[in-house]
Amino acid sequence: MGIIEIPIGPQHPALKEPASFKLYLEGERIAASNVTLGYNHRGVEKACEARTYIEDLYLIERVCGICSHSHSTCFISAVEEVAKLEVPKRAKYIRTIIGELERVHSHLLWLGVAAHEIGFDTLFMYSWRDREVVMDTLEMLSGNRVNYGINKIGGVRRDISEEQKEKALKAVDALEERTKYYIEIVNSETTLIGRLKDVGKLSYEDAMRLHAAGPTARASGVDRDVRRDDPYLVYDEIPFNVITDNHCDVLGRTIVRVKELIESYKIIRFALNNIPQGDIAVRSPRRIPAGEAFSRYEAPRGEDVHYVRGNGTDKPERVKLRAPTLANFASITYMLNGGYLADAPIVIAAIDPCFSCTDRSISIKHIDSGKENIMDWESLRQYSIDWHKNRGFNAKNIQLKVK
Amino acid sequence: MMNIVRPGSMLSQVFSSVFHKPATRLYPYVKAEVADRFRGKLKHDRTKCNGCMLCMKDCPSNAINIVKVADKEFKAVLSLDKCIFCAQCVDSCSRDALEYTRDFELAHFDRKNLQVEI
Amino acid sequence: MLLSLFYIVIFPGFIFLSVYGCMVEYMDRKLYARFQNRIGPPWFQPFADFIKLIGKEAIIPEKADKAMFRILPAFALASASATILYIPLWSTGALFSFKSDLIVVLYLLTIPTITFFIAGWSSTSLYSTLGSIRTLTQLFAYEVPLYMALLGPALLAGTWSISEIATFYYENPLLALCNIPGFIVAIIALQGKLERVPFDTPEAETEIVAGSFTEYSGRYLALFRMTIDIEMLVLVSLIGAIFFPVYFPGNTVLGLITYFLKTIILVFILALVRSLMARLRIEQMVKFCWKYLAPAAIFQILIDVLVKGAL
Repeated sequence: MGIIEIPIGPQHPALKEPASFKLYLEGERIAASNVTLGYNHRGVEKACEARTYIEDLYLIERVCGICSHSHSTCFISAVEEVAKLEVPKRAKYIRTIIGELERVHSHLLWLGVAAHEIGFDTLFMYSWRDREVVMDTLEMLSGNRVNYGINKIGGVRRDISEEQKEKALKAVDALEERTKYYIEIVNSETTLIGRLKDVGKLSYEDAMRLHAAGPTARASGVDRDVRRDDPYLVYDEIPFNVITDNHCDVLGRTIVRVKELIESYKIIRFALNNIPQGDIAVRSPRRIPAGEAFSRYEAPRGEDVHYVRGNGTDKPERVKLRAPTLANFASITYMLNGGYLADAPIVIAAIDPCFSCTDRSISIKHIDSGKENIMDWESLRQYSIDWHKNRGFNAKNIQLKVK
Repeated sequence: MMNIVRPGSMLSQVFSSVFHKPATRLYPYVKAEVADRFRGKLKHDRTKCNGCMLCMKDCPSNAINIVKVADKEFKAVLSLDKCIFCAQCVDSCSRDALEYTRDFELAHFDRKNLQVEI
Repeated sequence: MLLSLFYIVIFPGFIFLSVYGCMVEYMDRKLYARFQNRIGPPWFQPFADFIKLIGKEAIIPEKADKAMFRILPAFALASASATILYIPLWSTGALFSFKSDLIVVLYLLTIPTITFFIAGWSSTSLYSTLGSIRTLTQLFAYEVPLYMALLGPALLAGTWSISEIATFYYENPLLALCNIPGFIVAIIALQGKLERVPFDTPEAETEIVAGSFTEYSGRYLALFRMTIDIEMLVLVSLIGAIFFPVYFPGNTVLGLITYFLKTIILVFILALVRSLMARLRIEQMVKFCWKYLAPAAIFQILIDVLVKGAL
C-alpha cells in the first residue's frame, strides 16, 4: 500500500491537549514519526516579568491544571530562597500534604485516561469516581477543587483543623482500599495486560540517554526521585519508598504509578499524624532583594525545575520553568517507531503528557550584538561547559551520584 | 489475592454495580454541596473600607475596582468575568473589609450583568 | 396481499424492527451505564438520536464516490431487515421458511459488513480506509467460528432450515445441552460481528476517529446506525431461536413474552461482556479467534456428530 501519512492531532479524540504527531505508516506498522509542539504557548514567562511576585504566584499556578501545586510550590521555594525567608515547619507539612494529595489526584486521572485510550471504559469511570473523593478532600482543605491557592510567600494561607484532619484520614483509608483493587486488576486482567505489555519499550540505557524523568524513567529501572535524592520541604523526615519496576514498557509505568499511590497514602498519613504546632507563615517583604535561585520538585510527571532571578523590585526579572513533559518528550519518537498504529495513543498517554506545562520557547540572544540564534542540544551543552571554564570552574572535578 | 491472569477479572464488582445507587450527582436538580470555606463570590463591607486600594494593587487579574461614592465612603465593583476567585484581596485588605461567600452560581446571559456591586 | 403488506411494514417488518431495535440499543446502553455506576440515557434516547441525525445536513467529501456513498446505507439496511422473515419469533415456525434458509440468513448478515468495508473505502479519507481494512480483516477472523458454531446444532438436528431446527430442539429439549460450547463461541463471535468491545478495532474512537463511518453524517449515518441496531436484534433472535428452545406453539401471547425474555437475557450477557474488557489490537484479535474460538467450534461440531451417531 505504500506509505501513508496519518495525522494524530492537533485535534484528535486520543489527545487531551493539542500537539501534532505525524505518523508514516506501512500497513499497521509505524515506519517514522514527526512530532511538533507549540500549540499551547501562552507567553507565561514573559507575563511573569510584568507582574508582582504576589500576582505571579496565581499565574504560575495556572500553568497546568493537574500539577498546579507543584509549579506553585517550586516557584515559591525559589523566591523564598532569594529572599532568605525561613518557612515554619507547620507550613512545610501542609504544603507536603497538599502536594501528595495532588499526586494521588493526578495518578488516578492518568489511570482513567490510559484505560480510555485502550477502550476499557469501565476502569475509566471507576477511577474517576474515586478521584472525586480526593477532589472533595482538597476542596475541604484548600477551598477549591483545582488551583488550590494555598501557598503564599513565607508559608501557607490556611490551617488544617482537627475535624478536617479526621475527614482527610477517612478519605485516605477509603481510597487505599480502592487502590488495592486497581493493583489487583492491573495484575490480572488479560486484555489489559495484552494491550499494555511490550508496548512502548524503553530500555535502561535508552531512558538514560533520552533523559526521561518521573514514572517513565522509573519503569525502566532508573532509580531517580527528587524527593529522596535532593530532599525539599519535609521529605527528609518522612519514610517512604521509591518505586521502580523492570518491565520497561507501558505496563511497568502503570504499575509504578499505581504503587506510588500507596506510597502517597503512607506519606499523607504520616504527615497528618505528626504535624507540629506553630505558625503557618512568616511576614514577607513586598520587595524581594536581588539574587537568583533554582529549585526542583518531584511533580507527578517527573522533575520540575524553576529558576527565579530578582533585582530588588517587587517584580521578578526572569522566571524560567522547565516542565517534566519536556524531558520525556524525546522518548516519544523513539517509542513510536516500529510500533503499531493502535498503540500510538497509549504510548503517548503513557508518559502522562501535559503540553500546557511544556510549551516554552528557548532562544538565545547575544546582549552585545542583538543577534538571536537557536542552538541544538550539543552546542548548548558545549556553550555551558565553555562558560563555566572561563570562570575557572572545571566540570571534571565533580562527581555526579547517579544510580 | 486473586492474581491469576484471566479475562473479565472485574466481573464481581461490575455485576454488583447494577444494584448500587449510581455515583452521578444530578446537579441542577439536586443542590451541590460545597465545603465550608469554599472561595466563592466576594462581599464588601462599606463601613470598614478606607479606600487604601491594596486589593486593587494585588489582584492578579484587575477584577476589583474601588469607587468613591462620598467622603470616606467607598464601594467595590467586581467584574465576575475577570475574577479568578483566589481571595488574595481578602488577605491583602488591611481593614478586613472583604470576605468570601460560598456563592458560585454566577452565570448570566448578558455581559453587563457581570459587573456587580458587592 | 394486505397480509403480506402487514408482514413487511408492521410486524415483523420495518416498524417492529426499528422500534424494537431501538429498544434493544437502549437496554444495551442503560446496562452498560449501570455496570459503570452511572445513570445512563432515558428510554427515548435512540429514537431521539435517529430523528436528530435525519434532520442534519449530509456532507459528502469531494473525492468520494457520490453514488456509492448514497446507496450503501440503504443496501445494508435492506439486507439486515430481510432476515427477520426467516427466524422463528413467537412459535417454532418462522413467517416464511424453506430448506437451507440458515445459509441464506447467514449470507444476508454478511452483506452489512461488506457494505461497511466498501463505505469506508469509497470515502477516500485516511481514517476510513484504515477502518475499512480492519473491518475486512476482522471478518476473516470471526466468520468461521460463528458459522461453525451455528453449524453444530444444525448437524444434530439434521436439517438446514431454522424453523425445523427449532422444532427439533423443542421436541428433544435435553439435546440442547450439548450445544453449550457452541453457545459460548457464538456469543464471543457475536461481539466481533457487531464491532463491540473487545473486538472494537474497526471503530476505535481513540485511534482512527470513527473508522469507516468517519465521513458519514446526516441521514446516511442514521441509516447505518439503524442497520447496526437491527443487526444486533436479528443476531440475538437467531441465537435465541437455535440455542434456547423454549416455545409455546399455538399460544401467540406467551410465545411473544418468551421471545422478549430471551432477547433481554442475551442483551444482558452481551452488555456484560462489553463492559468487562479492553479493546484488542487487530492481530491479537485474529490470533485469539483462530487459536481459541475455531478449535472450540470444531469441538462443538465433534460433540454433535458423536451424539447424532449415538442416537
